[in-house]
Amino acid sequence: MPCVSPDGKPSESGVKMLGSVSAGKTSVEDIAAASGMPLFRVRSGLRELAEAGYVAEQDGRYSLTDLGRAAL
Amino acid sequence: MEGEMGQVVSMPKLGEKAPEFDALTTFGTLKLSDFKGSWVIMFSHPADFTPVCTTEFMAFAKIQPELKKRGVELLGLSVDSITSHIAWARNIEEKTGVKINFPIIADLNKEVSAKFGMVHPGQSKTETVRAVFVIDANQVIRLILYYPLTTGRNMDEILRVVDALQTSDANGVATPANWRPGDMVIVPPPKTQEMADARMKQGFECVDWYFCKKKL
Repeated sequence: MPCVSPDGKPSESGVKMLGSVSAGKTSVEDIAAASGMPLFRVRSGLRELAEAGYVAEQDGRYSLTDLGRAAL
Repeated sequence: MEGEMGQVVSMPKLGEKAPEFDALTTFGTLKLSDFKGSWVIMFSHPADFTPVCTTEFMAFAKIQPELKKRGVELLGLSVDSITSHIAWARNIEEKTGVKINFPIIADLNKEVSAKFGMVHPGQSKTETVRAVFVIDANQVIRLILYYPLTTGRNMDEILRVVDALQTSDANGVATPANWRPGDMVIVPPPKTQEMADARMKQGFECVDWYFCKKKL
């Protein structure tokens, strides 16, 4: 259940995580709590979303990129 | 143990950090470090679409809610492909109604199973044995079980050892044979003569100074 589909678009769980980031949750722990997803899925999902350019990470905090905002 | 390239592969040991990996799974690419902060039961099975493994997967899925309550995630592994894992998980759900809701590593090149010593050539040169690694929230290996190809694992024991390990961590105690939650626990033996003299007056249930139990 990767967070980015083969066509490059966020999957259902990817959109869920982007929604949590959009709602102001910026740490892995907060995103996990808000999305109801386990820590390992949030960490791997955010990694995929960052590689695909939907989120940016700085010092363990995540924010939406323009691409991420457009995907919501 | 010799690896495929002839190099000596060290088996992981209790108390050591679990080896990091980056693996393709049915939940996407996962690293072991993604699980930091949760306990993990990482387990291998010989092959998809085989009967003993199917009973085990159903049994692991059934204890998953209890494991979640204890902060424990499940992570399966075999040398089958992602396509095979997905097809098998779907088949289990279709035929039995049991949903497999945990990631399964597709270790086609045996990179992860080699790091964890999961292939035992005396059992099979090509398949992983039924290994169980209980890894704590700090990614330290706390328990290792190996079962042969013929013998399915006991989920009661897996839940029991998680309870025992977490109880020991939380209370600084040990647990006796066949311990179950609610049973008395073992107070660590005294390390000095003075502590041994004091031990019998501390209100524990003692067989002798070195063997005392208490209720939690």
